[in-house]
Amino acid sequence: MSEPQAQNQELASKIRKSVTKMFAVTVGMLAFVWFGLVPMYDLICEWTGITGRTTSASEEQMFEVVDRDIRVQFLARNGAEMPWDFRPVVTHVTAKPGEIVQVDFYARNGTSQDMIGQAIPSLAPFESTPYFHKTACFCFDQQPLAAGEDIKMAMVFQIDPDLPEWIKTINLSYTLYEVPQRRQDLAAARTE
Amino acid sequence: MTTATHDHDHDHDHHGPAKGITRWLYTTNHKDIGTMYLWFSFAMFLLGGTFAMVIRAELFQPGLQLVSPEFFNQMTTMHGLVMVFGAVMPAFVGLANWMIPMMIGAPDMALPRMNNLSFWILPFAFALLVSTLFMEGGGPNFGWTFYAPLSTTYAPPSTTYFIFAVHIMGASSIMGAINIVATILNMRAPGMTMMKMPLFVWTWLITSYLLIAVMPVLAGVVTMMLFDIHFATSFFDAAGGGSPILFQHLFWFFGHPEVYIMILPAFGIVSAIIPAFARKPLFGYSSMVYATASIAFLSFIVWGHHMFTVGIPFLGQAFFMWSTMLIAVPTGVKVFNWVTTMFRGSMTFETPMLFALAFVVLFTIGGFSGLMLAVAPVDFQYHDTYFVVAHFHYVLVPGAVFSIMAAVYYWLPKWSGRMYNETMGKVHFWLSFVGVNILFFPQHFLGLAGMPRRIPDYALQFTNFNMISSVGGFLFGLSQLLFLYIVVHTVVAGKKAPAKPWDGAEGLEWTVDSPAPYHTFSTPPKIN
Repeated sequence: MSEPQAQNQELASKIRKSVTKMFAVTVGMLAFVWFGLVPMYDLICEWTGITGRTTSASEEQMFEVVDRDIRVQFLARNGAEMPWDFRPVVTHVTAKPGEIVQVDFYARNGTSQDMIGQAIPSLAPFESTPYFHKTACFCFDQQPLAAGEDIKMAMVFQIDPDLPEWIKTINLSYTLYEVPQRRQDLAAARTE
Repeated sequence: MTTATHDHDHDHDHHGPAKGITRWLYTTNHKDIGTMYLWFSFAMFLLGGTFAMVIRAELFQPGLQLVSPEFFNQMTTMHGLVMVFGAVMPAFVGLANWMIPMMIGAPDMALPRMNNLSFWILPFAFALLVSTLFMEGGGPNFGWTFYAPLSTTYAPPSTTYFIFAVHIMGASSIMGAINIVATILNMRAPGMTMMKMPLFVWTWLITSYLLIAVMPVLAGVVTMMLFDIHFATSFFDAAGGGSPILFQHLFWFFGHPEVYIMILPAFGIVSAIIPAFARKPLFGYSSMVYATASIAFLSFIVWGHHMFTVGIPFLGQAFFMWSTMLIAVPTGVKVFNWVTTMFRGSMTFETPMLFALAFVVLFTIGGFSGLMLAVAPVDFQYHDTYFVVAHFHYVLVPGAVFSIMAAVYYWLPKWSGRMYNETMGKVHFWLSFVGVNILFFPQHFLGLAGMPRRIPDYALQFTNFNMISSVGGFLFGLSQLLFLYIVVHTVVAGKKAPAKPWDGAEGLEWTVDSPAPYHTFSTPPKIN
């Protein structure tokens, strides 16, 4: 690729060497952005809990129940163009750390079409993320609903007794999105 | 290296340029390519400037007068993209092409054919980009920062063209950067050690490393957008488990080094011009080199200061705030060195010096407003207001653009062999200087008073400052036509210039004739 005007072999090989190095850095950066960065971002978010995303299930743990009241509030909202009814059955509960609590969310597909929805969770304050364990959640799976169908969806959680003292209230919000047809097709194609 | 040059004098080194259009299409000569870069950049400067005139005309009064809000958004977006990728970056690459081989005593760039390629793909990139304005749904309208999902889910169909245009620009920049590094590391004249290189060469070496490191990130991020738009991935779509915040991290991890890519070569230019007209060597040469390297390093760890308001944890905000404020230290070293270089010098004020002096003063103002923006708690007030617009225009227009103009006036005698008209140069300087301050200074006040950026209409109380700003904008815009006239007049009818028109100037480029012969330093010079 490099053919410098200088006829000198030594110079040409030096130039070839620096170009090879820089080309490798360029390709390396591209590979890093494409393959490494997204998993790294997700890992950092998971470790630090910054985005409040709690998307994986945890095992039920044998915590000792602590006598301390934590107010857990629930929010449900629809993503853009999502026509379902979606709301928590109760808007808040008072839970003690260690306790296993179940709450329900209600969803109804009022359209005339069968659809699939997916809820994405977020916790605030985000510092509570590592202490908020969900043993079961409708947000772990896609939720199909036929036209006119409704459903009560369960979410079971347990608060870690190590929850920092200053956290008195935890807000758990879900945004419900429609899973677009093309993404369903793609997922189907992958499992085949 | 010392033996590198004995058999240089083979035949084609002695013929002149080819004739006709093929000279420019097939050229591998660093001076030809530099010239093409500079003219291309000037064309883009006028195009981006035209977009800016549309913006300022619409904002002259509150209410919607001239253009629709949709078109206004396309104008702000295209103005930013064209100025950043089309005007400022190619101008610096053009200067690098012209000056670096001459400054280090090399016969040409290390990779002359790749040099030709990296220039000639640029016009295609910008043809693609600008053509989107005539497409159904209009051009990109999401700002030059193209935040997802505005640029994916809600973007016009032409976004795909925008993505490919960015790919091509990125490829061009990376090739240019690789070429420059290969040239500087391998082709210096014997005796030209690293710490003897002119600062323009140093700043470009460091800039090239920044380009090689972050242009792939930009390419990656627009490719992710492409996949989100066409292939149902969800890198930036919360519904599919992605994150729009990820986009902002990626963009600014590219974007912050990018703004230093646009200013480091300017530091190099000013460090060449100020000693020439103060008739003293540059004060603190090695501290300048280390300061440049520190700024480049810091540019990689401060990107979060663009994102204070997205919900970064306090510790993160504190880190990005302090690391950002740290940049003021090496930058302060630079400003100190420039001022100290002038101290007790025998100064004269020809046009290049005037532009360089205005650079030091006005860039420092832009730096100070940058320090204000770096303070996380108050950034919540300034974020996305005209204060930000005023800040980055102060560092980019009287910063980067003034340095390019200074460079053109300084080296034009060397390039063309003719001297520009000093009176006209000074008129151009004063019109630009006054225009740019009338244009951007009131925008600080607008921002502090709460006027948001990127809007076609505004509340009545912002009217006066917007009118003043628009008047300054028209003045600044029109005076650039004078610049065009001065350059054309010089090339066509300027007085003959001597080999060294500035008596205080230092450097190898002044040891060759004016205009610089088509091939210079086929035999490397001796450096003491």
